[in-house]
Amino acid sequence: MATDVHGPVSPQVSPTSHAVRVEGLSRSFDGRAVIDDLRLDIRPGEFVALLGRSGCGKSTLLRILAGLDRDIRGTVLVPRRKAVAFQAPRLMPWKKVWRNVLLGLPGKPERAVAEKALEEVGLDHRTDAWPKTLSGGEAQRASLARALVREPDLLLLDEPFGALDALTRIKAQRLVGELWLRRGCAVLLVTHDVEEAVLLADRVLVMDDGVIAHEQTVDLDRPRDIADPRFAELRAGLLERLGVDTAAEAA
Amino acid sequence: MSISHAPPSPPEPDISDISETHAEQGAALHLTPIVPTSARRTRVPRWLRRTTGPLLLLVLWQLLSATGVLTADVLASPGRIAQVGWDLIADGSLPGAIGTSLQRVAGGLLLGTVIGTGLALVSGLFRIGEDLVDAPVQMLRTVPFVGLIPLFIIWFGIGEAPKIAIITLGVTFPLYLNVYAGIRGVDTQLIEAGESLGLSRRGLVRHVVLPGALPGALTGLRYSLGIAWLALVFAEQVNADAGIGFLMVQARDFLRTDVIVVCLIVYAFLGLLADLVVRLLERLLLQWRPTFTGR
Repeated sequence: MATDVHGPVSPQVSPTSHAVRVEGLSRSFDGRAVIDDLRLDIRPGEFVALLGRSGCGKSTLLRILAGLDRDIRGTVLVPRRKAVAFQAPRLMPWKKVWRNVLLGLPGKPERAVAEKALEEVGLDHRTDAWPKTLSGGEAQRASLARALVREPDLLLLDEPFGALDALTRIKAQRLVGELWLRRGCAVLLVTHDVEEAVLLADRVLVMDDGVIAHEQTVDLDRPRDIADPRFAELRAGLLERLGVDTAAEAA
Repeated sequence: MSISHAPPSPPEPDISDISETHAEQGAALHLTPIVPTSARRTRVPRWLRRTTGPLLLLVLWQLLSATGVLTADVLASPGRIAQVGWDLIADGSLPGAIGTSLQRVAGGLLLGTVIGTGLALVSGLFRIGEDLVDAPVQMLRTVPFVGLIPLFIIWFGIGEAPKIAIITLGVTFPLYLNVYAGIRGVDTQLIEAGESLGLSRRGLVRHVVLPGALPGALTGLRYSLGIAWLALVFAEQVNADAGIGFLMVQARDFLRTDVIVVCLIVYAFLGLLADLVVRLLERLLLQWRPTFTGR
């Protein structure tokens, strides 16, 4: 797997069995360490969810992995082909949907490439639309298509369902699960929704105090059932880790 | 309304008590129909009503002129103005003057657009450009450009050059300010998204920054056009030997208020036309805008 290095470390391209390798990563804002000597490994094709209270640095970690924040210390190794889907779809409003999907791809890709990616997210009927005419869910799917068309080895999702309504969110989560199964790329999903994390991830990480404070492997069969008692158990355990008392809502 | 318990003796439930009072009120109520707006609307169409005001004003003006209250030295009558306007068109002097003036505006606008946009790009896209360009431009901007006419005459003589220079100067600053603000106002989230998609710096400028600055640029162009006509009027009042301004100066010397009014009307129409062109441009270039309403 092609890997590249960013950050002030010497390039050490090594054929590892990792999709992400982070060691001794620190990032501070005005002297306050948001990420402090963090260590993280993600295997190729692994679906990892990153949970944490707001302000715990999970979005910062994602931005570092995306290469958007390079004011760091430590080792960060990520695949060259990586893609991000943000909480807001961040489509260029002046480009039609299909042009948005192709934006930044090397060479002169054909429109059919975009159409194929849009078909994969069920948006092939809006190929020629302006972003302003899309609904929230449609825009998010277009953003997902834009990420997938890059055929990433690592897909970074920053609370991509946060701004969607409950029904649309369920559909979007299902879609991401299906796409991951089909593509087999490594995924890092940053979220504050414990249920979403347990539903989708192989491994759930809880971030606290600038490090990965807790790790939970989810070995439930897919597709997962929210009503499964083991699901509820995992969910309750993670919520407790996050400082939410589950006894009160167990009723 | 009383909510006390009804006496237990009557066989009816509690509610009957209340509903009876309602029934009494209902009998006393007078219902008024809500008339749909379509039924209330007058049959005179809006455009007709809107043209009535100006037409009345014209009639009044014509009446005042005809009765001799308004003499031709002060203001010619509308009929007379129409006649003179027609004559000026027929003998070719008005079209010629319009052509000359349009050339001046086009020249100044082109130069001003190139300079204003160019400077804005330099200071909008590069830190060092901002440091070098922005401060001087902001200082020069405060100088009233019309005040530079004497200087320009000394520098450029009395030909076309000083006129075009004045228009250029007037056009440059609003364009600079708006393009610059447009570039700096591009959503950082979109720039970040572009970066994450692997766009190079050039790609970012081309696909994200410049399209994002386009609404601001068109606003600037609109301001610039307005100022271009203003600058034209000033420039043409000085030492012109052709153009609409020259026609006006000549008319002033012969106390021809009719010709002056014709020229004013031409200025107004040209301004309107320019505005129309910009709006057409906006319709073509900004149809992606969520806030776009000018269908």
